[in-house]
Order: sequence, then C-alpha cells, then structure tokens
Amino acid sequence: MRKIGVATRVIALAMLGFVSLAVAQSTRQSGFDFMQPATQALQKDDTQNPAMLWVKDGQAIWAQRDGATQKSCADCHGDIKRTRGVAARYPQYSAEAKGVINLSQQINQCRTTHQQAKAWPAEDASLLGVETAIAVESRGQPLAPPAQSQLVDAQKRGEAAFDRRIGQVDLSCRDCHESLAGKRLGGNIIPQGHPTGYPIYRLEWQAVGSLQRRLRNCMTAVRSEPYPYGASELVDLEAYLANRAAGMQLESPGVRP
Amino acid sequence: MFAALAFSAAATPAICAPLAAFEVVNDGIPVALTNAPGDAIRGRMIVGNRQIGMCMLCHQAPIAEDRFQGDISTNFAGVGARWTVPQLRLRIVNSRQINPASVMPAFYRTDGLERVTATARDKPILDAQQVEDVVSWLVSLK
Ligand code: HEC
Ligand code: HEC
Repeated sequence: MRKIGVATRVIALAMLGFVSLAVAQSTRQSGFDFMQPATQALQKDDTQNPAMLWVKDGQAIWAQRDGATQKSCADCHGDIKRTRGVAARYPQYSAEAKGVINLSQQINQCRTTHQQAKAWPAEDASLLGVETAIAVESRGQPLAPPAQSQLVDAQKRGEAAFDRRIGQVDLSCRDCHESLAGKRLGGNIIPQGHPTGYPIYRLEWQAVGSLQRRLRNCMTAVRSEPYPYGASELVDLEAYLANRAAGMQLESPGVRP
Repeated sequence: MFAALAFSAAATPAICAPLAAFEVVNDGIPVALTNAPGDAIRGRMIVGNRQIGMCMLCHQAPIAEDRFQGDISTNFAGVGARWTVPQLRLRIVNSRQINPASVMPAFYRTDGLERVTATARDKPILDAQQVEDVVSWLVSLK
C-alpha cells in the first residue's frame, strides 16, 4: 500500500520508535515566527500594537481604589513594575484557592478577598486590561512554572488532554501543533501552539483575548464542545502549555491574525 | 480567519439516521453506500466547500478558484488513477481503518468520538450520498 504525506511518514517512523514527535527544545518557535511580516510589525511596535490600549486601561485600574475595602492593586503591590516575572510563573498553585489557577483567576481572587469587589466575568475588558498590563512587565522573561507538586499534577492532566483526540473531526492538539506545525491548514499556518504571547490582540476578534479564548476556539474548530471559561480542564491545558514552553520568552501582548 | 475556515459545524448534514451498513473488503468498500449513483459535480462542490467536505484545508485539487489550499497532504490531481472506487470510498469513510495514526478525519463515522459539540453529535461529517458524490468526482480525476 502506498503511503503519501510527510505527516504519515513522520507518524509511521515515530511508531517504529525512530523519531520523537515531541517538539525538541531547540526547534521551539513562537507563533510570532509563523506570522506575516506586516502582523509581526504590529506586534513589535508598541505605538502600533492595538493591545497597548488595553495595557493603558489596565495600568489605570491598577491605581484605582475599588470594592468595600477601597484598596487599589497598588496599595498592596506598589508600582506595577514590581510584578516583573509574575506573569511568567502562571498558572500556579494557590493555597488560598486550594488549586492551580491562572493569572486572571489570581486577579479576581485579589478582587474578591482583598478589595471585596465583584469578580470580573471572563474576557471582561477590565480583567484583560489588568492581566495584559501585568504581562507586559514580564516581556522577555523566560516562562518559569514553579516546582509545585499540585502544578505537576495539573501539567500531567493537561498533557493527557493535549494528546486526546476530540470532536467530530477527531483531532488532538498534538496532531496539529506538533505533527502539522508549520503546515498550511487552508489559508492558516499552524503554529506550535505556545502560550508565549497571551493575552493577544487578534485581528479577527478586533480585541484582546485570553489564552482560554484561543483554546476554546481550537476546540470549536474540531467541532468539540469547548470547556466553559475558568474550567479546571482549561487551566490544566494552560499549565501543560506553559511547561512545554518553559524557558521561552514571554512576548505579551502578541498580535495574531 | 481560523474560526471561519476551521471545521466549523454550521453545515453538517441535518440527518440523524443510523449510518448505512457497509463491508470492508481488503483495503476498500466495494458496495456503494446508497442506491442512487454519486454525482461528480456535487462531489466537486463538497470537496471544495470548507464547511462541508473541508478537504482543501489539508489537500490541493484542480479547483483553480480556491486560493487557500492546504499543504498537509496530497494533490487530488490523478487521484482517480491512483486508487479504485472501493479504495477511495474507504479512505473517505474512515481512512483511520487503514492508518490509525492518520490526521485525516473519518467522514462517515459516529462512534468512538469524544466531546462532540451538540450540533454535530451522532452525525457523520458527510452523509452517505455526499460520500458517493465525492468518490465519483475523485475517480474522474485520472
Ligand atoms: C485542526 C488543527 C488544530 C487543532 C486540533 C488545535 N489547534 Fe490550536 N491552533 C490551530 C491553528 C491553525 C492556530 C492558529 C490560528 C491563527 O493564527 O489563525 C492555533 C493556535 C493555537 C494557539 C495559539 C498560538 C499562538 O502563537 O498564538 C494555542 C496556544 C493552541 N492553538 C493550542 C491548542 C490546544 C491546547 C489544542 C487542543 C485543545 C489545539 N490548539 C487544537 C490549529 C489547531
Ligand atoms: C485534517 C487533514 C485532512 C483532511 C481534512 C482530509 N484529508 Fe485526505 N488525507 C490526509 C492525509 C494526511 C493523507 C495521507 C494518508 C494518511 O494519513 O493515511 C490523506 C490521504 C487521502 C487520500 C489518499 C491519498 C491520495 O491522494 O492519493 C485521499 C483520496 C484523500 N485523502 C481524500 C480526502 C477527501 C476527499 C477529503 C474530504 C472529504 C479529505 N481527504 C480530507 C489529510 C486530510
């Protein structure tokens, strides 16, 4: 029987144990590297990157007193510049939440406990603004998930989900983001699926969106039921992605097509 | 762009009937899934449509007006000379019966799938007639 297609050959070799399908450390590439020069230029120049509007809003909110305690983020944390490195360490285990949480969940936890204000809903512009403003402070920092046993468990669950074929189209994250990365799916180049640019400004959304929004898009794309925002299954995937990209530089806010 | 081109669920066949029974012989399905013969013109439309056949996300084909053909797999030019009708039918019904690791989805299958979204649940990607239509266009590409 004839076997055609690079993907088939790679998979066949992998099954024979000759090559590993895992993206090798040295060949890891950010989604940025797969983009057109014009989109790259938008991301590189802060005066053109539309996500900087969200950052400005987030920086303003950082200093605003809110909630029953009338405290601002700055009242507890000082200058936002002091959050350097923070975004590169999420998701992480939170003793307060008794579980692994992402940065937006940490922000909401501060709101409800320390400010005694209402949690922002998923993808709320204020939440994305503060998250992006914090992420900007870690630009250029290597992703560095902390060594926590609870986080390792989440990474393992996330890895299993990454390998599971889902939806009517029956593809796994790994099918696309490892075997097929760099290939053209219709008009789109499939990136390796690293979380290094998030939150991103997406031209298609005309807005900033979270990593969970991206993951839910990929799930819908294969006609599978996306997990709701904040679901532990999505945080597990985020934890695995952060570990898979450990050492790569954070480049938020990314711009994507 | 991705949401628009991805395998978006809008146009899955509106049937929920059980799949037609078929038998795999060697590496093909010799007997057609329907009594009505396949229609090659409809087949070309199904192959080229991103929401219905979505073949062009991965393949190329002699469909000049399609400017965004994928490069994951083969060009359909000459595919009718490479394979017989039964072989083509099995490759579309469920290519993973030939190569379980293949990324090519099974187009006529509803079992063994996980977390299928409500609008696509218990429906194959293509119905039996659409499979026959696609086969008859592909086999004409000698
Ligand atoms: C059918 C192929 C396919 C599958 C399956 C898939 N993705 Fe994606 N994914 C894509 C494409 C294509 C893009 C880029 C979209 C664009 O830029 O237009 C993408 C983007 C991403 C990104 C953003 C990368 C960046 O640089 O912005 C992440 C992270 C990601 N996917 C993770 C996942 C995870 C986790 C899963 C499984 C739950 C998954 N993907 C399943 C095709 C897929
Ligand atoms: C997600 C990617 C993907 C999609 C969508 C897809 N294919 Fe394929 N197809 C492949 C790959 C990869 C192969 C190589 C064989 C293998 O993997 O087993 C293949 C092989 C084939 C072959 C045999 C190789 C040849 O060209 O001689 C035929 C015929 C075929 N596909 C037809 C179709 C048709 C018709 C559709 C749509 C109804 C379709 N494919 C959709 C990925 C895809």
